[in-house]
Amino acid sequence: MTGKKRYIAGITVLVLFVGLLMRFHDEAGRLHRTPVLLPAKTVVMAGSTSMEKFANMLAERYREVDPGMTVTAEFTGSSAGVQAVLVGRADIGISSRTLTAAEKASGAVAYVIALDGIAVITDVDNPVMTMTLKQLTDIYTGQIRNWKELGGKEKPIVVVGREAGSGTRSAFEELLDIRDQCLYANELDSEGAVLARVAATPGAVGYVSFGILDDTVHALSLDGVKATEEKVKAGRYPLCRPFLMITKGELEGQHRQVQEIFAYLQTEEGRELLRSAGLIVPDRS
Amino acid sequence: MDISFQQAAYSRSQGRRSLSLTEKRNRTQRIETMAESIFTLCAFLAVFAVGAITLYMVANGVPVIYRLGVREILFSSAWKPVAADPSYGILYVILTSVTGTVLAVALGVPVALLTAVFLAEIAPRPLAALVRPAVELLAGIPSVVYGLLGMLVLNPLMYRLEQVVFHGSRTHQFTGGANLLSAVLVLVVMILPTVISVSETALRAVPDQLRVSSMALGASRIQTIFQVVLPAARPGITTAVVLGVGRAVGEAMAINLVSGGSVNVPLPFSSVRFLTTAIVSEMGYAEGVHRQVLFTIGLVLFGFIMLVNILLHKIMRGEDG
Repeated sequence: MTGKKRYIAGITVLVLFVGLLMRFHDEAGRLHRTPVLLPAKTVVMAGSTSMEKFANMLAERYREVDPGMTVTAEFTGSSAGVQAVLVGRADIGISSRTLTAAEKASGAVAYVIALDGIAVITDVDNPVMTMTLKQLTDIYTGQIRNWKELGGKEKPIVVVGREAGSGTRSAFEELLDIRDQCLYANELDSEGAVLARVAATPGAVGYVSFGILDDTVHALSLDGVKATEEKVKAGRYPLCRPFLMITKGELEGQHRQVQEIFAYLQTEEGRELLRSAGLIVPDRS
Repeated sequence: MDISFQQAAYSRSQGRRSLSLTEKRNRTQRIETMAESIFTLCAFLAVFAVGAITLYMVANGVPVIYRLGVREILFSSAWKPVAADPSYGILYVILTSVTGTVLAVALGVPVALLTAVFLAEIAPRPLAALVRPAVELLAGIPSVVYGLLGMLVLNPLMYRLEQVVFHGSRTHQFTGGANLLSAVLVLVVMILPTVISVSETALRAVPDQLRVSSMALGASRIQTIFQVVLPAARPGITTAVVLGVGRAVGEAMAINLVSGGSVNVPLPFSSVRFLTTAIVSEMGYAEGVHRQVLFTIGLVLFGFIMLVNILLHKIMRGEDG
């Protein structure tokens, strides 16, 4: 019994030891690959929470693409991200809103890497297929409370949205210019929950990213523009936000590693990464 | 000479044997001490965990109270954590948890108590054998399942009721059935098993003499149950109720799916947010002060649970004395 135990213990130690050695070997290998004069660089990205999925996927992917380089990402909100770039604490800012004049004046330069559309959805039995932005604003601020007022059935509107702190919620409210004025009947903590609630509740209205739309709900046309990727790409769909990467000064003046990341996102592989993060990638111009 | 040699050999062997005996005793002793220390270590793991959690909650939840002030957090009703001019009032959230728990207990305890009476006093053996496992199974269902069922079955029904009650109302905000009442109903079902089994045990512990004497004095069965057995089992039943309260206060997953999640005054048909669901649903994206206030909410919740436990402890002690 003890002999057997010892045997097992011995093997365990051996495995651990070998594992340790391999790790060391790997680390050493990395060190060798990195030119001594140009030490391994950490590229810091900072910004929007709604780009968290994409930025983390990029950071992870880069461990394979270029092991000599580390990409880290922190999510403190678009404004904080831009600020971090301007003071030099981050190399790339990620933002889900356009730059302000002040930020541009301070030297921030924005590059559109992808687009995201926010769809306004209802349950499939709702006959209302289209509304104006004004009507949408009135619904979310509590001035329109019945579908009758939109030419639909006599049915109360159940206003569904996301919880405080959600990137989709802040984008939605900013695009409609109704920040902190929304009267939600339901505040749910994920896109999936919003989709499920709207699908199951007659008379509900909600908003979700284009990425997770399915046929359990209707996506409404806004101001007569259908909610499709094509309309977003064409810049016609109103509830659409650009995903920007921001550098201080032009891209040409950046570190080689930063330029590499931008170049990578132009490749088909990089574009596929953006798509798999649920973003809409503009057609090549 | 011969004899003395034998004696010496005997005493030597005796000595050796007694030596091996002490050795054996020593070994037993060692194992005993070792086992004891392992048990002690395990026991202190729980103490350590409670201590660490308390410390962590206080360390994370208290600083922001100092920064914003008790009034800003506990006694303000405006919850706008990400607004340009943020406010972090959790009064409605606290009130919702209190109201929800009180309503759930008020609705659930009578049902549970009568079930317990049925199981302990009235039910014929085969029927009790059917009801008791059902109650125990109820306790074993994961809370997220209650939530899902609530969302898919209870909410639509509640929405119909809401449309009838508030028909033609211009001021009511329709919630699609995700409201305080739905959450309370889910909580009622969730506290049933705890309250039933603890009060049943209490009822069974009442000595039969009391029942027999009561019947002998001419009291009917129902009179005996309500006037004799239930009062005699009061401490145990109180324990059951307090345990039910604890369960209701701490529940998060199920009610998060059915309660709507907007911070509102806790009215039956309003979408509401509980202490637990506030943490569950906002922790993901919260940062800075918002995140710290969520810890303060945790601290408040922790305070409630502590209160319930202290109450329980007091009752138990009263029962013993």
